[in-house]
Amino acid sequence: MSRPVEQAKNAETFLADTVHEERLDKLLWAARMRRDAAARQVPEWEELRTLASEIKEHTLSNLSDYLTQFEARATANGVTVHWARDAHEHNQIVHDILAEQEINLLIKSKSMLTEECDLRPFLERRGIRVTETDLGERIQQLDNQPPAHITGPAIHKTNHDVAILFSQKYGSDPNNEDIAYLAGVMRENTRPDILAARAGMTGANFVVAETGAIVVATNEGNADLAANTPELHICSVGIEKIIPTMESLAVFIRLLARSATGDTITQYTSTFRGPRKGAAMHVILVDNGRSARLGMKRFWHSLKCIRCAACMNTCPVYRRSGGLSYGSTYTGPIGIITMPTFEIRKYSVLPFSSTLNGSCTNVCPVKIDIHEQIYGWREVMEENGQIQVVKKEAMRVADKVLSHPALYQVATATLSTALEVLPHFAVYNRLNVWGKHRDLPQAGTETFHEWYRTHRPKTNEEVGQA
Amino acid sequence: MNSTQALSRNTILDAVRANQPATQPMPTIPHFHTNKPADLVATFCQSVARMAGVVISEDVPNLDSFQRAKFPEAKVICSATPEYAGTIKPASLNHWSEASTIDVCIVRSPMGVAETGSVLLSDIELQVNTIAYLAHDLVVLLDPKQIVPNIHDVYEHPHFKLRPYSVLMTGPSGSGDIGAIVVHPAQGVKSLTVFLSPAPDAGQRTG
Repeated sequence: MSRPVEQAKNAETFLADTVHEERLDKLLWAARMRRDAAARQVPEWEELRTLASEIKEHTLSNLSDYLTQFEARATANGVTVHWARDAHEHNQIVHDILAEQEINLLIKSKSMLTEECDLRPFLERRGIRVTETDLGERIQQLDNQPPAHITGPAIHKTNHDVAILFSQKYGSDPNNEDIAYLAGVMRENTRPDILAARAGMTGANFVVAETGAIVVATNEGNADLAANTPELHICSVGIEKIIPTMESLAVFIRLLARSATGDTITQYTSTFRGPRKGAAMHVILVDNGRSARLGMKRFWHSLKCIRCAACMNTCPVYRRSGGLSYGSTYTGPIGIITMPTFEIRKYSVLPFSSTLNGSCTNVCPVKIDIHEQIYGWREVMEENGQIQVVKKEAMRVADKVLSHPALYQVATATLSTALEVLPHFAVYNRLNVWGKHRDLPQAGTETFHEWYRTHRPKTNEEVGQA
Repeated sequence: MNSTQALSRNTILDAVRANQPATQPMPTIPHFHTNKPADLVATFCQSVARMAGVVISEDVPNLDSFQRAKFPEAKVICSATPEYAGTIKPASLNHWSEASTIDVCIVRSPMGVAETGSVLLSDIELQVNTIAYLAHDLVVLLDPKQIVPNIHDVYEHPHFKLRPYSVLMTGPSGSGDIGAIVVHPAQGVKSLTVFLSPAPDAGQRTG
């Protein structure tokens, strides 16, 4: 059983480096702004969000039927459909497909599911070399780090970081930090593997039951390269990615890129229904805890997620901590509400890495009640005895103060005075995680109650005259 | 299906059936044409430009002079359309990886999307799917009368129900993975040029 990931502690390293922290904060907030600008261009934006949410809720509540429909259609199209109960079974299936053809080089496009299953080390230990073809994933692979963000795996790295990394791994110019140059270095070094590989792997953004198709959206076209160049295409996808029809796909495609980057669509939005002539196509449907999550009354809505990362881009904690501090496959707000289903103890502290401001819920294209689920997980951790002593103490004190009006008023009046008078070490101590890397705001000259008594009417009759 | 697979399949489906919430209805999905742009062609052009693509309007495109001007060093021109001769045809490729020898790929798309600037392509138009990815540059011919308002419309195209492979392509290959600044190319084509020209009758050829 793993020790709990201490996200706040992990974030300290990132925060100490103000260059990376400030840069990431700015970049991701800019992505949030681009998302808002794109949404404003679509008069029916809120209606699309509602439709997307309802389509997913309908599909998930009829999931068994849609899974069998997909299986039947895909099989009729010439696809071999596999079922994996968990990560290990998934990895074994992939290995067996490759081993049967004596394949020892696999090119792949980005798939968070394969990260979840830890596929690469599994294959590499068995003599199969894996080359990531997505620029961000490849950077992380070369640097021996997991992806730090769902859509931009290396977004936390500066141009300088990448230039140094590529010079070490590819022998390129360490002083050339031009992004086009760096992308060119990656392209040049990856192209030989793309041409030589006999197998390519992709994930899928959506699975269409009606046509037996998988749908992949990329900016680079690397999924299309991985699926169309070698003679064998393997697609791994979580069972929750199913949607009923091509007609419903349109709703999601209109929401996905706008939520992720602010573009109307990704450069390549591709539909794979069956193998090319002379080639083979496999789809692996993966459970790995999803069917169990489907039965969690409070948390099953998290299965609606379309992996746009809008929640990460808006989250003030994520933007200033970086994804690696979460120590988990999925990070940020969506990570907080899904990772505890994988390992409750290891991720027991994650639900506290949140201000509960709710902006994640506001931007989620499929209307997952993220911040409410984060709160729900805090309650679960409490019920399961997973909360650390420090947090428990702080909350016990807070509960006492907040539930006694007289105590509360004394405390807030005292606190304002305390903030002015108490020495630094008394305010910024182990109990005050918030204050560790932020200065507390200046306390006002009066408490809210004092202000209210002065400025607001005393009785209900006077409300209309105020 | 072997016995392990049958067990996995049944275990997963049993768990899903046991856990899935009470059924919720499927909503009706409109086409949102009340908000459709007045000038589909102009909107399409703006959308393509936003994604770093180029649109050229020419009734009968002079692809020879275009290619000589824009890609003067191109030697291998793969044409997947009977409208243009090119130097090779997709049928001459023996393996999908051989498309990496192509400098310029020319293909006709059956449909474009004004909302996004996307062009639809499938294995029928491409014949060898990789010609539009491993080539250095891509030229797509599109009849302006076949530009539809939005994504809801394009997904009604029969390709999506019939073809093994279909793609909505929007501008050239790009990546914003370093510093969130999009650069071209990434792994795919360096440029995408759309020629707006009416689909010819069978047998007609351009330059």
